[in-house]
Amino acid sequence: MKPLTLELNGSKVTREVEPRETLADFLRERCRLTATHLGCEHGACGACTVAVDGQATRSCLRLAIMCDGQSVQTLEGLEDDPTMEVLRRHFHQSHALQCGFCTPGMLMMGRDILLRMTNPNAHTVRDQLSGHICRCTGYSGIVTAIVAAGRELGGPKRPQT
Amino acid sequence: MKAAAFDYAVPKSVAEAATLLGSSGAATAAIAGGQSLLPMLNLRVALPDLVVYLGRLEELKEIAATRTSIRVGALTTHAAIEDGKLPETFGGLMQRVASKISYRAVRNHGTIGGSVALADPAADWPGCLLALGAQVRIAGRKGTRSQPIGEFVLGQYSTSLGADEIITGFDVPRPDATMRWGFSKVVPKSGAFANSIAFAVSHGRGGPAAVVLAAAANRPCLLPAVAKRIEAGEKSEDALRGAIAQGVAKHVAKDDAYLMRLHTSTVLRAVQEVQAK
Repeated sequence: MKPLTLELNGSKVTREVEPRETLADFLRERCRLTATHLGCEHGACGACTVAVDGQATRSCLRLAIMCDGQSVQTLEGLEDDPTMEVLRRHFHQSHALQCGFCTPGMLMMGRDILLRMTNPNAHTVRDQLSGHICRCTGYSGIVTAIVAAGRELGGPKRPQT
Repeated sequence: MKAAAFDYAVPKSVAEAATLLGSSGAATAAIAGGQSLLPMLNLRVALPDLVVYLGRLEELKEIAATRTSIRVGALTTHAAIEDGKLPETFGGLMQRVASKISYRAVRNHGTIGGSVALADPAADWPGCLLALGAQVRIAGRKGTRSQPIGEFVLGQYSTSLGADEIITGFDVPRPDATMRWGFSKVVPKSGAFANSIAFAVSHGRGGPAAVVLAAAANRPCLLPAVAKRIEAGEKSEDALRGAIAQGVAKHVAKDDAYLMRLHTSTVLRAVQEVQAK
C-alpha cells in the first residue's frame, strides 16, 4: 500500500491505496463516490469520465496513485456548478437518459465540451461524444440536450469552476 | 477486469528512471499517460512487477524551438498538440493528426512519447514523425543517444529501446515555409485504431517530398516512388494510382484486393490533398 493525497471535490483526501487500483475503483470503493460508473474498464465506454486537474479523464485508465497531488472532480462535486446546472436541466427536458448508466460520463463530457467550445453544433457534439456509449437513447436526446445547453450558455468560453 | 498486483515507483530524474527500469530479474514497465498501458494492465495482457511513472520528469516536458528544429518533450500530450501548444504548427499537420487520435479524455493524458515507445502499427505519431523526418532522443543508464524514427521503430510493438531506456523527446526539423501536407485515415468508428493511415508532405513545389503509409505493415513505411511523383508534379490520377499500388504492394499481400484498394485510396487522398494546396 502507498499513501495518496489528492484534492477530491474541493477537499483534501489522504488514503492508502494499492498501486494497481484505478482512480475509478478508488473513487467508488474507498471514497464511496458511486456517481462514477464503471462499464468496460478499458477505456471504450466513457461511463467513468471524471475531471483531473480540470481535464476530462477516463478514471479506469488512470491509476489512483498517479493522481497524487492532483485535483479530481466527480459528478458529486458539481452539484452547484453553473454549467452543470444548465446541462442537467436540458438532459431532463430532452429526455437524454433512460437507464442512467452512461449519464454521469455523458454529463462530465458534456460539461467539458461546453467549457472548451462556445455554442457547439450537433455535428461537433456527436464527434466529441463518440467515445461514450449509450445503449438506450440512440444518442439523439443527449446531443439535443448538450446543444441546447450550449445555446443557453452562449457567450465566450467560461473559466472552469 | 482489474490489474494484477505490481510495485510502483516515481523517479525524480531520468537517471533514476533508467536504473529502476533496468532492474535485473524484474519485468518493468514505464508509464506516462497510461492510455495504452492501463487497458493492457486491466485486461492482464501486461503483467509487470514494477511500474515506473515518468510523469514527474520535468525534462520530458520540454517544448522548445531551436534554429533548425522543434523539440517536443516525450510527455507532450495529444491534447496539448491539438490545442496548438507547439511553437510550430507544421502547417497544421500535427494539430490535425492529434485531434483525430482516440477521444478527448484519452488525448488529455496520452503522450507522443508513449505512443512512439509502444509502436503500435496503427498509431498516428510514428508515421507522422517519419513523414516529418524526426529524430528520437533517448536516455538510459549509458547516457543519451538520438536516432531517426525510421530506424527507431523496428516492427509491431518493437523499438530499439533497451530495457533501461526511455524516450525523452523528439527533434522535428523546422519545415520550409511552403510546406504542404495531406493526411488521410480510415477508421471503423471515430476514435478507434485506424485500418489505414497515409501522410504526404511536400517542402515547396518541386522540392523534397515524403509519403508514409501506416497501419498497413508492422511499422510505418515510406513510399519513395510516390514521393518522387509529387516532386515531379504528377497530377494524372491513373499514373498516381499505379505508382501508389506498386508501393503498397511491397507492404501488404498483393492478392488481398480489399487491403490493396484501401491503402491505395488513403495514400491517393493524402497525395491529392497536398497537390490541391
